[in-house]
Amino acid sequence: MAAPVEWPRAITHSLLYLDGVTVSFDGFRALNNLSLDLAHGEMRAIIGPNGAGKTTMMDVITGKTRPDTGEVLFDNGSIDLTREDEAAIAQLGIGRKFQRPTVFDDHTIEDNVLLALKGGRTVGRNLFWRSNGDAGRIGDILSTIGLAAHRRRLAGTLSHGQKQWLEIGMLIAQDPKLLLVDEPVAGMTDAETMTTARLLKDIAQDHTVIVVEHDMEFVRRLGVKVTVLHEGSVLAEGSIDEVSANARVIEVYLGR
Amino acid sequence: MITRRFLEAPDRRGWIFLALLAAAAIIVPALNLFVPSTSPLHVSTTTVALWGKYLCFALLALSLDLAWGYCGILSLGHGAFFALGGYAMGMYLMRQIGPRGVYAHPVLPDFMMFLNWKELPWYWYGFNHFPYAAVMILAVPGILAFVFGWFAFRSRVTGVYLSIITQALTFALMLGFFRNDFGFGGNNGLTDFKDILGFNVQSTGTRAALFSISALALGLGYLVAQAVVRSKAGKVLIAVRDAESRTRFLGYRVEHYKTFVFTLSACMAGVAGALYVPQVGIINPSEFAPANSIEVVIWVAVGGRGTLIGAALGAILVNYAKTQFTIGMLAPYWLFALGALFVLVTLFLPRGVLGLLPRPEPTGVPCSTSGPPAPKLRSAAGSPPVQPGGGEHASVSRPGAAAAQPVLAK
Ligand SMILES: Nc1ncnc2c1ncn2[C@@H]1O[C@H](COP(=O)(O)OP(=O)(O)O)[C@@H](O)[C@H]1O
Ligand SMILES: [Mg+2]
Repeated sequence: MAAPVEWPRAITHSLLYLDGVTVSFDGFRALNNLSLDLAHGEMRAIIGPNGAGKTTMMDVITGKTRPDTGEVLFDNGSIDLTREDEAAIAQLGIGRKFQRPTVFDDHTIEDNVLLALKGGRTVGRNLFWRSNGDAGRIGDILSTIGLAAHRRRLAGTLSHGQKQWLEIGMLIAQDPKLLLVDEPVAGMTDAETMTTARLLKDIAQDHTVIVVEHDMEFVRRLGVKVTVLHEGSVLAEGSIDEVSANARVIEVYLGR
Repeated sequence: MITRRFLEAPDRRGWIFLALLAAAAIIVPALNLFVPSTSPLHVSTTTVALWGKYLCFALLALSLDLAWGYCGILSLGHGAFFALGGYAMGMYLMRQIGPRGVYAHPVLPDFMMFLNWKELPWYWYGFNHFPYAAVMILAVPGILAFVFGWFAFRSRVTGVYLSIITQALTFALMLGFFRNDFGFGGNNGLTDFKDILGFNVQSTGTRAALFSISALALGLGYLVAQAVVRSKAGKVLIAVRDAESRTRFLGYRVEHYKTFVFTLSACMAGVAGALYVPQVGIINPSEFAPANSIEVVIWVAVGGRGTLIGAALGAILVNYAKTQFTIGMLAPYWLFALGALFVLVTLFLPRGVLGLLPRPEPTGVPCSTSGPPAPKLRSAAGSPPVQPGGGEHASVSRPGAAAAQPVLAK
């Protein structure tokens, strides 16, 4: 697993390092020589038009999609993520919120959080599991995401926005080193969007986070470095003001 | 204190089910053995044997429900595990015949004498000992399910593809067991049993005892199954059933959970088959027939998938109906009736017969925090859910073709 340490310095100091990543679907390049470097503790916003490859990038990082070429290294270049499967990558400490919120509809809200909670993942451990101590932690998370009053409801009965929050709650429960958050405020009202921005900034205090979002006001609210993706590669990188002023970004994304 | 931790207590419905089984296990044999046959309360030995058979089918249905209802593994080959358990028991029973067979050979069963075999094949060794046979009843279906599941689930074979290969599995086994040189009696199978643990298999007492043991086995199977499904591992199984890939992204090794539940389920099916064989007096390759496995799915669907108890009730209900049908003039139409039943249940009773009863409260983690704290975030319940454009790669859109409109609020 441990890669030889002949990487450039940048790699050995980043939590996540993508270099020259290409993914093709039937000859169509969803990711095209994509490179990204994320420092420990950093929060990064990723924007870009639909089909730019943002979700595909998350698929590559989480092991859902294998890149045709390129490097995907985690934790100072010590782990090659392209060699691991989804479960192993999750256990390494990479958590993900999906673009279309995916929760376990037939489970209660608290059971959804329970299943996400950091801890034993093996069959044996979970056959003999008892709820010692978890209840308090689950209660805390549920009040953070504003669903404490609904803990016994089936997740399938939640509204779209509530499912978004439940998924964020599940991410918090996982307590991963790196959080990948795909379009967290889609379908939320302005007020909810702002609350979510605050919540994510809170999480970013002690986690490394990548947020994909279209909502520019939300991205501005996060106040972090922005990467603009276009046709599978990086178009621009910088502060929200810098990228908003970039002529190419305006042309392909903002100026429509 | 593993046992105390493992055995999650059943819910109210579960206790009723267990109480009914316990009552049946005591009362039915008593009415058969101790009430004179002239009394209207007497239960005939035929009835005892018939209901004993239903109980074995109920255990088989329960085992399938564990895998299908809770983990989404639609096995169309569970009859194979049932038959393998049955054959393991049959081999024990064959070797109990000893020199009482037609050919009076002290070791070789009649069918081997008939084939002019000179010695016992190695895989028949040990089956004269009951404990060894008992282990094999669990081990043979269990190991087959483990190996099969290991490869199938690791390669992520799911849905209809998995169902098809489980059908192929039972079909292949049927063809194998039909062959004389396989060493299991060819198409005649194993029969003419004499005794089990020293008791005459035909005697009224033994039949009554087998009935009670079947009820006990069903109760035990239910206890184990419900302990599994109510554990945290059971919650993972349901998660796998409903959103398999999501479960992976939480770090669960889905293939391990599936292999576990499939193996456990196969062991339970094996026990059901083992108890079935002495009660019907024969095991032959037709038990591997693909149609048998499909019938089990119908029992579970009729009773209520994902309820355990419903599966058991469904098996009893459908088999009772089958008996009534096949003794009358309607016998040739049974398969049509079964098919119609399946269609009707699928259309009108998606949660089966048990679904007609009120649904029990969803059980969550016991949480001790007092009272729900005031939510920090405003709930989105009021605002209508907005569907974001398509889903995760649901629609194939080309970049530029449909660039999302960024919200440019200043
Ligand atoms: N599994 C797949 N099969 C075929 N095409 C895909 C698949 N996944 C993504 N794509 C295509 O790759 C492109 C990038 O998609 P995606 O990463 O979802 O974009 P974004 O999240 O930036 O909107 C799109 O054109 C999409 O249709
Ligand atoms: Mg996307």
